[in-house]
Amino acid sequence: MLNFNLNGGDVSVDAPGDATLLSVLSDDLKQAGPKFGCGLSQCGACSVLIDGAVVRSCQTRADAAVGRSVTTLAGLQENGQPSVLQQAFIDEQAAQCGFCSSGMILVAQSLLDRNPVPTEADVRSALNGNLCRCGTHNRIVRAVLRASEV
Amino acid sequence: MNKHVMNRRDFLKVTGGFLTVSFLLPSVVFAQHAAEGELPGDLADHPNLSSWIRINADGTVNLFIGKVELGQGATTAVGQVCAEELVIDFSRLHVTAGDTRLSPDEGTTAGSQSMPNCAPGVQQAAAEVREILRNLAAERLGVAADTLTIADGTISAGGNSVTYWELVSDQMLNVEATGKAPLLPVAEHKIIGKSIPRIDIPDKMIGRHRFVHEMTPDGMVFGAVARPPTYKSKLVNVDLAPIEAMPGVLKVVRNGSFLGIIASRQDQAMLAADALSKAAQWDIVADLPGHDGIFEWLQTAESEETEWKNTLQPDAPQGASTHEATYERPYHMHGSIGTSAAVAQMGADGTMTVWTHSQSVWATAAAIEQLLGLEEGKVHAIHTEGSGCYGHNMADDAAADACLLAAAMPGSPVKLQYNRAGEHQWEPYGSAMVNKISASLDAKGDILSWEHHIFSTPHGTRPGGDAGRLLSGRYVEPPFEMPVPSDGGPPNFSATRNGLANYEFPGERVVTHFVREMPLRVSSTRGLGAYANVMAIEQFIDELAVKAEADPVEYRLRYLKEERMRDVLTRCAEAFGWDNFEKGRGKGRGIAIARYKNYAAITAVAIEVQVTPRNGLVRVVRAVAANDSGHMVNPDGIANQVEGGLIQSLSWTLKEEVKFDNARVLSTDWASYPILTFSEVPPVELVLIDRPGEPYLGQGESAQGPAGAALANAIADAVGSRIRRVPFTPDRVKAAVTA
Ligand code: FES
Ligand code: FES
Repeated sequence: MLNFNLNGGDVSVDAPGDATLLSVLSDDLKQAGPKFGCGLSQCGACSVLIDGAVVRSCQTRADAAVGRSVTTLAGLQENGQPSVLQQAFIDEQAAQCGFCSSGMILVAQSLLDRNPVPTEADVRSALNGNLCRCGTHNRIVRAVLRASEV
Repeated sequence: MNKHVMNRRDFLKVTGGFLTVSFLLPSVVFAQHAAEGELPGDLADHPNLSSWIRINADGTVNLFIGKVELGQGATTAVGQVCAEELVIDFSRLHVTAGDTRLSPDEGTTAGSQSMPNCAPGVQQAAAEVREILRNLAAERLGVAADTLTIADGTISAGGNSVTYWELVSDQMLNVEATGKAPLLPVAEHKIIGKSIPRIDIPDKMIGRHRFVHEMTPDGMVFGAVARPPTYKSKLVNVDLAPIEAMPGVLKVVRNGSFLGIIASRQDQAMLAADALSKAAQWDIVADLPGHDGIFEWLQTAESEETEWKNTLQPDAPQGASTHEATYERPYHMHGSIGTSAAVAQMGADGTMTVWTHSQSVWATAAAIEQLLGLEEGKVHAIHTEGSGCYGHNMADDAAADACLLAAAMPGSPVKLQYNRAGEHQWEPYGSAMVNKISASLDAKGDILSWEHHIFSTPHGTRPGGDAGRLLSGRYVEPPFEMPVPSDGGPPNFSATRNGLANYEFPGERVVTHFVREMPLRVSSTRGLGAYANVMAIEQFIDELAVKAEADPVEYRLRYLKEERMRDVLTRCAEAFGWDNFEKGRGKGRGIAIARYKNYAAITAVAIEVQVTPRNGLVRVVRAVAANDSGHMVNPDGIANQVEGGLIQSLSWTLKEEVKFDNARVLSTDWASYPILTFSEVPPVELVLIDRPGEPYLGQGESAQGPAGAALANAIADAVGSRIRRVPFTPDRVKAAVTA
């Protein structure tokens, strides 16, 4: 049994410890946020937070989460409402297909936690390891800056 | 009074980052409207109103469409058109897109055709429904129909009112459209033309299930495919026992050279498939020309030659000089961030249900029926969103593979998602191409004649109901033959798309050398041949402008006769500050324009680059795009598509090339096939030109060619010489600097 905290609640999952954290979150815990993009730590689509720090769940063993707190996209919501950052993404319509969005938002959240008033260059460099194929980059940057101004 | 000076940041906030300008044109300029009484768009094929619209007693409205959401915002824009003509609040609408048993078959969602074909059909259907309800209300209220007013589904006259939801009954809309219901005047539009937020975006930002990748049906098992090492490999021998013993493996499926795994967990399925593919003995054929040899190969391989245009004057004056150039584009990937996926389940009644992000649910369902030997109608395909696709990627293959595996384990929902190498190496690419252009010029450098030769393999291998077009169809026993596609014909073409110039020259000849053999698997990739053809035409005309010592904008305007195109080009140049541009060391500007398919959306792009001569690094400093997509239904949606296409094209042009040797594809991941990242994406300024009352032109692909060509022209301007082979990697740029 793997026991950890997911988005504020305790969970207990019957899965092999060497399963990827991504597969446990997606398939056992039915989290819609983290996505399989490459499985190689190259695209960021699977990004989640463990104790507030970004990890790429496709290359993280599930047992690395044991006893710790994992945050996925759904966990950023506040009282069932989109968080400030999520709302900024909605307001800027910062997606085309939206497949990269979950990873983008979690990486941006960890940036804002460390640096609440980032410059545009800070945002671009924080997100540089997250790939978007739709060309939504500039909207994503605007959304993060917008959230930082709230 | 306080004067508020808007700074650029405020301005972007107010407008969402783009500027729109609106013009009413006399509609003769572009008459694509259906004639009186004729049904517009896809309504002509599906005239029954109930196949599109259902009004529910609870005050909601269902819209069923055959075009699907690919991340391009089509369902929102088509929904807007429906809500407008039906005169209901947009929030009442639920859109169901691409269910083979619920939606009208509108074919493939591709070629920027959702707005030109689906939207006008839906618009007319909604108007017809509105008029039926208006007449009913007139009867019910005992007044003349033309005295009634409608607001959000409530029809009123003189203090009395009745709602749509009270009026509808079961079979009422089971009637054919007449084509006679009038559309609302453009001036009264309240929803069309507004940037209504996309209906799918909130779920995607808060982690609610929307993608097929996120489906987790009860009892789900996981599939994976063990591909051969190369395209033409044949399975000789394999010992399945060690694989069957791997953790979590439930079943190993073998059918000819097709090998698949079903396992309890996704990572177990992927590991077992990898091991299986390595354990198997394959017969390998190594006969590919390789990424460096492909351009020579394209020009020497057996080809079918078609002269698409010849207006050369036999008695034309002898030119003072000639100019010619050859341009090369490599294979490009769709490169969706999510690899393709599907969920399939074989039901007890013999129906195979498949949830797929295919662009062509009907034709793909038919191809899968053939692959599995099922009767017609036995595959029920339900479109479920996937990662942005930009053309025919592996969505259909994933659907077919999930079905092949689900057939081997009836009852269990099988979910399959490819690994990264499985997508990178096996997806159908945008074909490599060679373009050769020559022109004869007079003493002032003006064009007397223009000749364009296009060399390409096919661009369209969508399933189209044929199992031979599904990747695994070629490996099962007996294998399905792959039908060889053609170039299509004018004006859309495939390889020849946009091969005819948008300019008017005294004489023009266009010949396509269509190579039917496909060394690498290819299919529709955003713009098809238009990317390479526009790249070539727009670079060549730039070269001629330089030769004539003319300004590239002014030189283009000599041959660009169509008012709307002239307008787009001029506005793009103005917004860029073309005339005030100051050249500096390593600094350059470039511009390009095209009308997609020669009749659809018009885009011009201007770009500023800074090249570092020492290492050949190109920084795109900024980009400006002007676009005319006809009557804009959702300006923000158009802005998103133009900017997205532009950035993707910069990525293709600066960085991308599918590498392959004599047997296999070597670009297996994002390290061996890099794409543009945040720090490389330039700011983009947009000017959107609205043409109220004109046809919706669709805007998914028109930026690809102009963006790449503007970049090429800017680099040439910066370094003083041309690199005629994409991508413009630092080594090639460095070589050009020293040339
Ligand atoms: S899926 Fe984990 S980084 Fe790409
Ligand atoms: S929005 Fe499609 S990959 Fe980023």
